[in-house]
Amino acid sequence: MTDYLLILVSTILVNNFVLVQFLGLCPFMGVSNKLETAIGMSAATTFVLTLASVCSYLVYTYLLVPLDLEYLRTISFIMVIAVVVGFTEMAIRKTSPLLYRVLGIFLPLITTNCAVLGVALLNIKRDNSFVESILYGFGAAVGFSLVMVLFAAMRERIAVADVPKPFQGSAIAMITAGLMSLAFLGFTGLVSI
Amino acid sequence: MSSILIAILLLATLALIFGAILGFAAVRFKVEGNPIVDQIDNLLPQTQCGQCSYPGCKPYAEAIAGGEKINKCPPGGESTIIALADLLGVEPEPLDAEHGAESAVPMVALIREDECIGCTKCIQACPIDAIMGAAKQMHTVIADECTGCDLCVEPCPVDCIDMVPIETTVQNWHWDKPDNLIATSKEAH
Repeated sequence: MTDYLLILVSTILVNNFVLVQFLGLCPFMGVSNKLETAIGMSAATTFVLTLASVCSYLVYTYLLVPLDLEYLRTISFIMVIAVVVGFTEMAIRKTSPLLYRVLGIFLPLITTNCAVLGVALLNIKRDNSFVESILYGFGAAVGFSLVMVLFAAMRERIAVADVPKPFQGSAIAMITAGLMSLAFLGFTGLVSI
Repeated sequence: MSSILIAILLLATLALIFGAILGFAAVRFKVEGNPIVDQIDNLLPQTQCGQCSYPGCKPYAEAIAGGEKINKCPPGGESTIIALADLLGVEPEPLDAEHGAESAVPMVALIREDECIGCTKCIQACPIDAIMGAAKQMHTVIADECTGCDLCVEPCPVDCIDMVPIETTVQNWHWDKPDNLIATSKEAH
């Protein structure tokens, strides 16, 4: 039980995917202009990351390892993730129009995100078990969401702040992200995993 | 050698299965568009003229489904408004003059060809591509395609486009349409 908790703390705070491992930076910069879209993106990412880590774990353990084809992991993971997300998107669109309106446009966007493939590959590198894989993916997603929402909230404040002209727009966003990353370095050593 | 074959086979099988899953999902989870929008769109004249201030008939149909007024379509005229009112269960209203008047007789655009300077402005204005021609060449209107929406008259810099009524010939003459063809006009009598 403690192990599982440690995995969560580790992925959310200590080894945060965005600010410490620098994965998934494009949505972090691209979709964080408004808090509302950032929340939508976070929800979609949480969903996709958890699902992707489960499916890629299954494919790796029950297909690639028995056939001695571990070197095919990258291409097969990309395929698995794309299919799972595509399928879910269609199913959501049919069954729950409301959920589709919240997640819809972000789902295909997140499919090819490096954080998604990163989670799948790191799971294998760390020899995670099935439950650990789920938690690792979920924790990574929660960490992503946390940073995303914080960053979007900050950018909304910065948008109305009196920023010097050379720093306006993306420049100040980059500086803010850097400072946040520095702040998250403070969690280093909180847990060792 | 055999390991390569196995790898290729595995990837091909995976791709096949995934393709089948997605294909199945595309059929199984097919989402129909809003049916009322299609019904409204069927009643509109499909001139795509934009006089209703929407970029075409389909967007206007979507707007009507979302609560827009039904009296903004001059090409459709009164008959379209009555049909729409009947479909949506609202009171028919007179045509909104702001968006143009309904012409009493069907019109067709005619370019006075010896005055045409070949500027292509009317070609760009035509919503249904019924004007033929190229830059510096004389243009002409394909009369069978023209819906008479008069959007090409305004952009012409030399004013060489006229709206002429379609003459009744032996080919296109028909009996007057019966008065009480639709339910609403029956009730009125």
